Amino acid sequence: MKSADVAADTAAPQPGSPLRAIAGSRLAHWLAVALTLLALPHLPGLDGNFGRSLLSQMGIAAVFAVSYSLLLGQTGLLSFGHAVYFGLGAYASIHLMRAIDAGLAIPMPLVPLAGAAAGLFFGMLFGSVTTRRAGVVFALISLGVGELVFAAMRILQGFSGGEEGITANRGIGPHPFGLSFGPQLQVYYVIAFWAMAAALALAAFLRTPVGRMCNAVRDNPERAAFVGYDPVRVRFVAFSVAAAFAGLAGGLHALNYEIVAAEAVGAGRSGTVLLMTYIGGVQHLFGAVLGAIAITWLQVSLSDYTTAWQLYVGLFFIGMVLFAPGGLSGLLLMHRPILATRALGRVLASYVGAAIPALLACCGAIALLEINYRRATQPDAGTRMRLFGISLDTSTPWPWLAALALIAIGAWLARLAAPRVKAAWAEAMEEAAARSTPRKGAP
Amino acid sequence: MTATAPKPRALELKDLRMRFGATPVIRGVSLDVYEGERHAIIGPNGAGKSTLFNLISGRFAPTSGSILLGGAPIEGRDPFQIYRRGLARSFQVTNIFPRLSVFENIRCSVLWSLGYRYSFGRNVAKLRDANARADEVLEQIGLAARRDARAGVLTYAEQRALEIGITIAGKARVILLDEPTAGMSRAEAARAVALIRSISAGRTLVMVEHDMGVVFDLADRISVLVYGEIIATDAPARIRENAAVQAAYLGTSLHA
Repeated sequence: MKSADVAADTAAPQPGSPLRAIAGSRLAHWLAVALTLLALPHLPGLDGNFGRSLLSQMGIAAVFAVSYSLLLGQTGLLSFGHAVYFGLGAYASIHLMRAIDAGLAIPMPLVPLAGAAAGLFFGMLFGSVTTRRAGVVFALISLGVGELVFAAMRILQGFSGGEEGITANRGIGPHPFGLSFGPQLQVYYVIAFWAMAAALALAAFLRTPVGRMCNAVRDNPERAAFVGYDPVRVRFVAFSVAAAFAGLAGGLHALNYEIVAAEAVGAGRSGTVLLMTYIGGVQHLFGAVLGAIAITWLQVSLSDYTTAWQLYVGLFFIGMVLFAPGGLSGLLLMHRPILATRALGRVLASYVGAAIPALLACCGAIALLEINYRRATQPDAGTRMRLFGISLDTSTPWPWLAALALIAIGAWLARLAAPRVKAAWAEAMEEAAARSTPRKGAP
Repeated sequence: MTATAPKPRALELKDLRMRFGATPVIRGVSLDVYEGERHAIIGPNGAGKSTLFNLISGRFAPTSGSILLGGAPIEGRDPFQIYRRGLARSFQVTNIFPRLSVFENIRCSVLWSLGYRYSFGRNVAKLRDANARADEVLEQIGLAARRDARAGVLTYAEQRALEIGITIAGKARVILLDEPTAGMSRAEAARAVALIRSISAGRTLVMVEHDMGVVFDLADRISVLVYGEIIATDAPARIRENAAVQAAYLGTSLHA
């Protein structure tokens, strides 16, 4: 946290910078995001069905995670049941899609709005009770509501289809501009559009008076009450807005998969969004986007390589919580003050110097894990296995010894490299401080 | 303070009582605070000064008795309701928004007073009155140079100034300050006195304070709270000579 504090303090906007330039640069940021979203599904590697489907999943996860970040990061509400609003939004949307399949004349891209409406409705309904308290009580109640709704979805088979779920076809219905929304590319663009709209809307929400008070209530609910705001009401507003955007994400989920099952409201999904948001960093909305991208990528790609992928995601999460509580966005923003320094190059070089031995150690650890995992879960599969493209026999001591040696050598080299990282950082910070001192002294 | 006509009351406490379990902490306090005066409440440790503030500002509800703000009863109401009726308070233990910038701390404290409530449709960056008022308060409390710093990294004295800034930023007519100079050096306390003098202009001020120099310097009238009861309310010079007060403060000098 210490380095994050330093970053936040020294990276404060420079006094006197004209407002118009800020507005202009913000517009430029959003334009860049929009262009990136447009271009992504045509980049090599992402221009196939797999790539576009992956991008679609990332977009859905990003909307969901950003809505969660409004709760956790901006309002300080730790929820274990945010999937309730995602799932109920998904159900509302899939039912609307079925109605469209049956002849209702609504274009498919508008379906996620039904999800947002359902999310908002249930957010206000449950939120009116759950937001009366913050902290542990809120977290526990959110867990209870999550279990309640999950149980209800398993029982109400006619509405939810239970664990098998209910399906719809997004290709039926009006085809505006000749778009059928069958191909993954078209669905991706619908998702990208709503993701962009959600990000813009939530960023704008945080700039409204009630949005600013969300931060104030997060920091100190009692003081917020003593400047005129009812913290319960502020939490309720934040909770309802977050639920609406979770519902929007659920609607995108329905549109993308054309099936919604009870797991959509389940604890697993609530846990995943917490993981994504935390790993991305809760201090900024864009952290949630980073986390959504990273975790979705891990879920999709890692599961191709190893059945133990959840273990790696879990270890990654623990590592981030312990060593980088600011998340991925915190790690990135930490570098903002030293971006313009000449020592930046040395810092980056020192990272590479430390990353190589760290990777070696990781390979050793992965080898140990994989060998043990396979022996524990597939005892009948024999002792021969392939790892990193190498054929091994786990009944001999050599793979074990090699893995242990990798860990030891990697850890030892990483320890040697660590002081260099520290020194490069100190140098860069010194340079950044020297640069900002005359500016601070001027007024 | 020379008018002979009955002075309008900004705040009236009538036989206010408060018990924590079986322990009475406030034992029948009645007090009139005149509009526009600076009123200090002094008393030994554990006399119930902070509890009294907590009752007036809505942090606790009294067991019995009534509190009138501008003639209307406010006892037992929520803090935000009392604030909206024109009473703001500071805290003895610094109570700020630590992760917000200094400027944001103040701006959040003017929003309700300026009528923005839970508004959805406005961009705070474009609220001219709120931003101008926040900058004005920063100037007044001497934190303009720290505008963009995170409130949590300020020095103790700066945080105390911010604490007062948050309290006075809105349009409250009655201000309660709970030990505004606690823990300050002589020089810092002198600056705080000047600040309190300037922010209390045109308002009613009630303060709890341990530093007798500050009290006798600032207060128009002083009430002495001992054991949950007010044993005297008078002008500073008369309080100094009061035998009961001297007995309560046995061993400590009121001639600071």
